[in-house]
Amino acid sequence: MSLVVDLFREFALLSFVAFGGATALLPEMHRVVVENHQWLDDTTFTHLYAIAQAAPGPNVLVVTLIGWHVAGLPGALAATVAMCLPMSVLIYLLMDRWESFAGQRWQKAISIGVAPLAVGLIFSGATLIAQSAGLGVAAWGLLAATMLTNLKTKLHPLWLIAAGALLGLFGLV
Amino acid sequence: MTLHQSNQARPDLRALFLGFSSVGLSGFGGVLPFARRMLVEQRGWMTAEEFNAQLGLCQFLPGPNVVNLAVLVGKRYRGLAGAIVAPVGLLAGPIAIVLLLAMLYDTYGSLPVAQSMLRGVAAVGAGLLFAMAWRMGMAIRDKAAFLPFAALVVCGIAWLRWPMLWVMPAGLLLSGGLAYWRLGRR
Repeated sequence: MSLVVDLFREFALLSFVAFGGATALLPEMHRVVVENHQWLDDTTFTHLYAIAQAAPGPNVLVVTLIGWHVAGLPGALAATVAMCLPMSVLIYLLMDRWESFAGQRWQKAISIGVAPLAVGLIFSGATLIAQSAGLGVAAWGLLAATMLTNLKTKLHPLWLIAAGALLGLFGLV
Repeated sequence: MTLHQSNQARPDLRALFLGFSSVGLSGFGGVLPFARRMLVEQRGWMTAEEFNAQLGLCQFLPGPNVVNLAVLVGKRYRGLAGAIVAPVGLLAGPIAIVLLLAMLYDTYGSLPVAQSMLRGVAAVGAGLLFAMAWRMGMAIRDKAAFLPFAALVVCGIAWLRWPMLWVMPAGLLLSGGLAYWRLGRR
C-alpha cells in the first residue's frame, strides 16, 4: 500500500514540472524508479517506453506502465491519476479566467522560457532510452534513420515503429 | 452563409465519452491532432479559433496537454460531470490496451525474440524523441539567447542527474526571467 502512496506522491509532484508532457518526465522517472528505488532495471524501463510507443493513446501511458510494473493495477491507476489530476483541477478552476491573463507579459515570459527547458528534457530522455536499450551499431543506424525520416518526410511514425519491431524480430538490430 | 456555426447540439455525457474515446484510440505517440479533428471538423463542438485559444491554456500549463484539453471541453459543455467523463473516456480504452500489453510483457517479455523486437522499437522510439527535440528546438524564435538553456538542462538532467524538481524551477527562473526582461525592453 505504501508503494502506491509513494508512486502517487512522486508523480503528483512531478506533474507540476511536466512542461512538455509525460515525455519530458522520462529522465526523472528513470532517476526515481530505476536509480533511487530500484523498482525496475534499465532494460525494463526501456521496454516499457517501447510498449507505450507501440500502443495507441496519449504519451501519458508510459506513466501507467511504470505504475503497473511497480505496484500492479493500483499502481497503474495511482500513477496515471497523480500525473493528470493536479493540472486538471487547476485548468478546471482557471479556464474561465484564461482570457484575462493570456498575453500578459509574465504569461508570455513563462511560455518563452519553458520552451528550451522542454527541449532539453526531451533530448535527455532520448539519450537515456538510447543508452539503456543496449543498442548495437545497426540499432544506432536505425535510430538515425528514424530521426531523419521523421524530420524529412510525412510518413506516419507507426510505420517506423512497425519497421523497428520487424527488424528486431529478424534479429537485424 | 459564410459564418461557420459551431456546435449544432450540446454534446451530452455519452457523446463526450465516446468522442474522446475515439480520440484516445486513434493516435499513436500523441493524439492532439486527432483531438482537433474530432472537435472542430467531425463534431463541430468548437470553431478552429476557439480550439486555438483554449489550446493555449492547455499548453501553458504542465502535464499531458490532451488530458487538460479534455477537462476543459468537458467542463464547457457539462460542468463538473463533463470534466470527469471526457478525460476518463480519453484514457480508459488506451489504458486497457496498454495494460493488456503489459500482461503479455510480464509473461513473454523475457523471451529473446520479444527482447529483440522491443529493442528495435526502443531504437525507433529514441529516434522519434530526438526528432521531436530537434523540431521543438528549431521552433524557438531567439535561438542564440534561449537554446543555451536547453543545453544546461541536458547537463543537469542527463549528465549530472540532478533532480528535476530543482532543475526546472531554477531553469524557469533564469530562462523565464530573461524572457521577461527582453519583453520589457521592446
